[in-house]
Amino acid sequence: MLTLKSVQAGYGPLPVLKGISLHVRAGEVVTLIGGNGAGKTTTLRAISGLLPPRKGVIEFAGHDLTHMPAERMVTLGLSLVPEGRRVFRTLSVTANLELGAFHRRDKGAVRQDLEDIRERFPILKERAHQAAGTLSGGEQQILAIGRALMARPRLLMLDEPSMGLAPQMVTRVYAILAELKAAGTTILLVEQNARAALKVADRGYVLETGRIILDGSAADLRDDPEVQRAYLGKGYQEVWE
Amino acid sequence: MFFQQLINGLTTGSVYALIALGYTMIYGILGLINFAQGEIYMCGAFVAVLLLATGKVNFFLAFALGMAAAALLGVILERVAFRPLRGFHPLVPLISAIGASIFLQSLALLLFGPNDRPFPIQFTFSTINIAGLPVSTLQIAILGAALGFMGLLIVFVRYTTYGKAIMACALDRDTARLMGINVDRMVSLTFLVGSALSGAAGIMMAIYYNATYPRMGLLPGLKAFSAAILGGVGNIPGAILGGLLLGVAESLGAAYISSGFKDAIAFAILILVLLLRPQGILRGRGD
Repeated sequence: MLTLKSVQAGYGPLPVLKGISLHVRAGEVVTLIGGNGAGKTTTLRAISGLLPPRKGVIEFAGHDLTHMPAERMVTLGLSLVPEGRRVFRTLSVTANLELGAFHRRDKGAVRQDLEDIRERFPILKERAHQAAGTLSGGEQQILAIGRALMARPRLLMLDEPSMGLAPQMVTRVYAILAELKAAGTTILLVEQNARAALKVADRGYVLETGRIILDGSAADLRDDPEVQRAYLGKGYQEVWE
Repeated sequence: MFFQQLINGLTTGSVYALIALGYTMIYGILGLINFAQGEIYMCGAFVAVLLLATGKVNFFLAFALGMAAAALLGVILERVAFRPLRGFHPLVPLISAIGASIFLQSLALLLFGPNDRPFPIQFTFSTINIAGLPVSTLQIAILGAALGFMGLLIVFVRYTTYGKAIMACALDRDTARLMGINVDRMVSLTFLVGSALSGAAGIMMAIYYNATYPRMGLLPGLKAFSAAILGGVGNIPGAILGGLLLGVAESLGAAYISSGFKDAIAFAILILVLLLRPQGILRGRGD
């Protein structure tokens, strides 16, 4: 469904992605894990058109995304929940959700989806008229996911949904992702929290300083000694001693 | 006397507020001050006055066409003077805006000459008593129309999809793009709406002072800029409050201090606000 071939991207003269290739099939949950500065966010910005790639090809469902402006992606069915949630802080919770469906012309179905999402995430109904900036971090993350779902995405991309959240909120957000997976949603999940991400994912890629150094099924990656040492925090004692 | 000055102040203040809304909306979405806002105001007045002078157009149509011309000028201005300069240092579009302002004033001078034109149709306004105090119906009409336009703008921004999309662009441009919002189109729409309001303000002042001339936008433009700063630039209710406060302060200052200081008062307020509370009385830019 989504394919990246040797994609290079970066800011100014600084290359961040040094040619990465990956793919996501329909119905799959794929995770991209890696440390700070590995290029995870840059990968999502390249896919979503916020940072057009310098080289390489990005294809999604038969469309060439490589030089497509960001505002057209959503019409193809590509939605991104950005890093740090990025809700529209002074707008109401409901207005945030409605903006998620900005490009849709089927107003009746949009109203229905709005109802469904409020039903599913009751907090968004309770806080319907509150400014989004007044929600807690976890609530904002749920709002950002709800906002992305309002677009009825065929591929949902999430950038570090657990970042800065209290542990119980991380559990909550990952429960939502598991539900979405069970409903058949295709997901590309970028995470620093490899433990949580590998639990929900089918497959994964490990990104390090702009290159993919490892890929495989989530189970294989969980068992990989290198992944365990670097990203799951196991066996660190042996390294130190 | 005090009450009369208060009404005078609110009348001119409501017009400053309309122009200030243009400044504040454009600043909100682009982070730039469009110093040609006063010329857009002048354009609205000229188009309405020239149409009425033909004697073939009724007042309301002329008013609407004046607003439409101002809106169109705003959209063209953004395309020509601002869009090519995006991504440059913020001083660059500011200089471009000042250049556009001088250009439009000179163009109007060339086309229409330096003389004041009276408003082509005579209204018969009377003075009515409200709670025992005399008020001109012209002032009530201007105040009412200005408040009506402000109400429409607030409804547009708060309750319509495009209004919310404009707010979204002002708050977070990248995320707005992820929602499928075309930022360029929203910038054009902002110029359209803000300029239409300035055009309406120009027409109202052309009636109030019975004078239309190429430099008519200069002082109201600068005063509305002060009003926008006073209210917190980027903040819509702030622009309305700032405009009304500025109009009243100016009018009371002229009456109780000296009418010679009338124009100085607005700028004294601007300097004081910048020194003491640069974020404005209400905070700016969406907060």
